[in-house]
Amino acid sequence: MAAIIGRKLGMTQIFAEDGVRVPLTVIEAGPCPVTQVKTAERDGYEAVQLGFGASKPKHVNQPERGHLKRSGAGPLRHLREFSPEELGVELAEGDLVTVEHFVPGSYVKVTGTSKGKGYQGTIKRHNFKRGPKSHGSHNIRQPGSIGAAAYPARVFKGIKMSGHMGARQVTQRGLQIVDRDVERNLLLVRGAVPGGVNGIVIVRPD
Amino acid sequence: MSVIESLERMQLRDDIPEFKPGDTVKVHFRVIEGSRQRVQVFEGTCIKRQGSTSRETFTVRKQSFGVGVERTFPVHSPKIERIERVFEGDVRRAKLYYLRGKVGKKARIREKQRF
Repeated sequence: MAAIIGRKLGMTQIFAEDGVRVPLTVIEAGPCPVTQVKTAERDGYEAVQLGFGASKPKHVNQPERGHLKRSGAGPLRHLREFSPEELGVELAEGDLVTVEHFVPGSYVKVTGTSKGKGYQGTIKRHNFKRGPKSHGSHNIRQPGSIGAAAYPARVFKGIKMSGHMGARQVTQRGLQIVDRDVERNLLLVRGAVPGGVNGIVIVRPD
Repeated sequence: MSVIESLERMQLRDDIPEFKPGDTVKVHFRVIEGSRQRVQVFEGTCIKRQGSTSRETFTVRKQSFGVGVERTFPVHSPKIERIERVFEGDVRRAKLYYLRGKVGKKARIREKQRF
């Protein structure tokens, strides 16, 4: 099994053979050309660079266009490196990674950017409990104590407080490949995947 | 057609008869008990249909030993052997939740008149 870059198309469900409904995420994955193979001698570390998503030539700057010319991949929107260990297959420049590398029934982890939630309080962001709603309470959704007083006379680093939530990289492990569609480059993964529809996701073996 | 829509269309069954909320239906449902398989019939009033394409479900309500029982089935489930419409009702809403508070004579539904 290899790793692949894809786009989340959304969720649906299918009926399994025994009639039970299976929740699915549909990912349009690949075909991902290998745009560069980095070696320890030349680059200091080993990596395989994959590309995804056709782009217009005018949207790719000149240095990047020259970089992509080497593998003959054409203008691409997304490039990402993978370590040879997590790929598990030998790839050379110009090779294509497709959904055929993923066998139905196998397990993968999917990385994406979670949906942004904006500035959120501690209840939503860190699962704090709320205070009492009645009897003159003024701390319904307040965070509570964030530390002691004269000693240490400061707030410790890492205290959970309100702030920006979501829109960060999230990896969901243990997702099963239910099916694939080689013609349409589709991967059907059981369960939910981080991020919204049209988000870019990375599928790796787990 | 979007990819998701085409995947859902593939799941659709074409042998499901037309029925709507207010109708009385018999649902022949396959139940697997260990290695044995048998067909269970659930008869009652359809009180709602919800969702679209392959995700559509319907809810059937009946009185069983004086207790109201509701069961929701996916319309296109392969576990459904067949659906029979035994009575066509005439109702003015899409969701018949008002039947939940009623039993006996008050839970009656007028029959659809066709001219």
